[in-house]
Amino acid sequence: MSAVLSKEKSEQDTAAGSLSGLAGGYLARVRGGDMGSLPAVAALIALCLFFWAAQPSFMSQGNFANLFTQGAAGIVIAMGLVFVLLLGEIDLSAGFTSGVCAAVLAVALTQQGWPWYAAVVISLITGLVIGLVLGLVVVRIGIPSFVVTLAAFLALQGVALKIMDNGTNISVHDKTVLAIANDNVPVVLGWVLCAVAVLGYAGVLLLRRRGRVTRGLATESTAVLGLKIGGLAVLLGALVFVLSMERGRNPEFSSLKGMPIVVPLVAVLLVVWTFVLNRTSFGRHIYAVGGNQEAARRAGIDVNRIRIMAFVLCSTMAAVGGLIAASRANSVDPNTGGSDVLLKAVGAAVIGGTSLFGGRGRMIDAVLGGMVIAVIDNGMGLMGYSAGTKFIVTGLVLLLAAGVDALSRKRALPGR
Amino acid sequence: MTASAPPDGPVIELRGINKSFGPVQVLHDVAFSVHPGEVTALVGDNGAGKSTLVKCIGGIHPIDSGEYLFRKEPGGEPVPVHVGSPRAAAALGIEIVYQDLALCDNLDIVQNMFLGREEKSGIVLDEYEMERKAAETLAGLSVRTVKSVRQQVASLSGGQRQTVAIAKAVLWNSRVVILDEPTAALGVAQTQQVLELVRRLADKGLAVVLISHNMNDVFAVSDRIAALYLGQMAAQVKTCDVTHAQVVELITSGRSGDLGLAGTNGNGNGARA
Repeated sequence: MSAVLSKEKSEQDTAAGSLSGLAGGYLARVRGGDMGSLPAVAALIALCLFFWAAQPSFMSQGNFANLFTQGAAGIVIAMGLVFVLLLGEIDLSAGFTSGVCAAVLAVALTQQGWPWYAAVVISLITGLVIGLVLGLVVVRIGIPSFVVTLAAFLALQGVALKIMDNGTNISVHDKTVLAIANDNVPVVLGWVLCAVAVLGYAGVLLLRRRGRVTRGLATESTAVLGLKIGGLAVLLGALVFVLSMERGRNPEFSSLKGMPIVVPLVAVLLVVWTFVLNRTSFGRHIYAVGGNQEAARRAGIDVNRIRIMAFVLCSTMAAVGGLIAASRANSVDPNTGGSDVLLKAVGAAVIGGTSLFGGRGRMIDAVLGGMVIAVIDNGMGLMGYSAGTKFIVTGLVLLLAAGVDALSRKRALPGR
Repeated sequence: MTASAPPDGPVIELRGINKSFGPVQVLHDVAFSVHPGEVTALVGDNGAGKSTLVKCIGGIHPIDSGEYLFRKEPGGEPVPVHVGSPRAAAALGIEIVYQDLALCDNLDIVQNMFLGREEKSGIVLDEYEMERKAAETLAGLSVRTVKSVRQQVASLSGGQRQTVAIAKAVLWNSRVVILDEPTAALGVAQTQQVLELVRRLADKGLAVVLISHNMNDVFAVSDRIAALYLGQMAAQVKTCDVTHAQVVELITSGRSGDLGLAGTNGNGNGARA
C-alpha cells in the first residue's frame, strides 16, 4: 500500500510542482469556474498603458501616488464586502456605514475633543455595532440581506445627516488622522517595509515547503519558488522605487516623496485578512457556507455565527474606509460614503474576481479591482471627461466583470 | 483492521423500533442488524421507511420506542445506546453519506474531507497533516480515479464526488458507513467503481449499509438484504439464499413464499392495534 502511495506521490510531485504544473493547475481552476486574478491584472495593465498613451502625465510620479490615496478608501470597503460576498450575501449599506463612522469620528474629534485613538476606536465600534445589527436581522429574522441593507442604506444616510446637524461639514484637524491619507512613509522606512514583506513572504513559502517535505507531500519546484519570491521582490521594489522619487513641484520648498501611509495600511489589512481566510478554520468555514450552506451545517459548522461575523467584519472594514475617506477629504460631510462609493466598492470586489454568487473570492481581488476602478476614475479625469462619462464607463466595466463571473459560473455548472 | 472473515455479531442491532411523525406511524417494530465486514443492502419501495430508519440510526430522528444496541468494541457485548443527535452517532463511529453528498464545490478534496473537523496547530490550519491523512485514506481505499487531493470538488465527476464523500465518512475511524443511493446518478463505469469501493469498505472490516433501488447493485455487492415493506421489516436474509425475484416480491408485497411478513395484512407480529 505504501509503495503505491509513494509512487502516486512522486507523480503528483512532477505534476503539481513544476512550472507547467502551475499553468495546468490554473487552467483546471478556470474550467472549474474560477478565473482568478488574471482578468483584473490584464485590465489593470491595459488601462494603464492606454491612459499613459493618451495622457502621458498619467504615469507621472505624482499621479502614481495619487492613484493609491484615491483608491484606498474604496479598496478597504471592498475588502470588507468580500466577506459578505463570499457568503453570497450583499451589504448595500457599507458606503453609508463608512459615512456614519466617519461622522462619529469627526464629532468625537472636534465637538468632543477626544484624542485620535479614542475617536478611531469609537468609530470602529460604531461599524461593528452596525454590522452586528445587520447580521442579526438577516440571520434571525430571515429577511434577505439585499432588503435589510437597502433599508440600512436609507436609514444610515439619515443617521449621518442627524449626526452632522442636517448637513454641516465637519473639518478634521487632528494631525494623526490627517496623516493617514495625506502623509508619506519616509523613503528609508519604505524600503525596510518592502524588504520585510519580501523576506516574510519567502519565509512563509520556505516554511511551508519544509512542512510539506517532512510529511512527504508534493512540493513546489525551486524554480516556481524562486519565481514567486522574485516576482514579488521586483513588483514591490518597482513600486517603492517609483513612490520614493521626488514628486513635489518645488523640492527645495517642500519635498514630497515616499509611499503614502495608506499603502502599508492596505497591505497589512490584505495580509491579515488573507491569513484569516486561508489559514484559519473561520476562513475555511466562510468559504464552506458560501459554497454549500447545507453541507456546512451538516459538517457541524455554526452557519448563523459565520453569517453574522461576515456582516460585522464588513461594517467594521467600512469604518476603516470611512476613516481613510475623512482623512483624505480633511473633513466629513453628509455625502461621505454616499453617491457611488458603495457601487464602486462592490464593483472593485467583482472586477477583482470575487463571485456575486458566493463561495469564490479572495482579499487580493478587492485590491486589484479597486485599483482598476481608481485607474479608470483617475485616467478619465486627466483626459478631461465629465463625471457623467466616468459613471457610464465604470458601470459598463462592472457589468462586464459581473458578466464574466456569471458566464464562468455557468460554464462550471455542467460538470456537476 | 478487524478480522473480516468470521463476523463476530452485529455492530448495530435494532429491536422493535417504532417511529411516528404525528399521526403517521412510519416504522412498526422494526428489527435490523448491521454486521462488520459485510454490506447490508436496505431495500424497499418509496415510502417504505428506508430513509426514516437510516435517520434514526444516524441520530437525526429520535426513536419513539425500541432497543438500539451498539457493540462498542469488536467482540464486546452490545450495549444499549441513546443516539439523539448526528454528533452522538459520529462519536460512535456511524457516518451517513447522503444522496446529495453534502460537498462544497468551491473547496478542494482535503478541505471537504476535513470540513468542520479541521486539524489545527494553534489557530493555524494544519494543511500538511490534513493533506497527508486525506491522501492516505484515499490510497487505503485504493482510489486511483482522483489525480490530486488538492483538486476542487467542482472539477470532479459524479463518481469521483461519491468517492470523496465516502472517503470523508471513512476518515474518522468510523465503524459503520451508511450510503444512501450512492449510484443513483452515475453512469455504468462509475457505478462499477463505486460498487467496488463499497465492497472494499466491507472487506476492510467496516459495517456498510447500502440503500439502493437497483437490484443489480444489491446482488453485486451485498452480503445481506433487509427489505422494508410499509414500515415493517419484511425480511433480513443472506443474499446468497434468495433470488432476484424473491427480493422484488418482498419489496412489492412484503412476502415471498415462506419468507416475509405472515398473513396478507401483516398482522402476525408487526401491526399495531
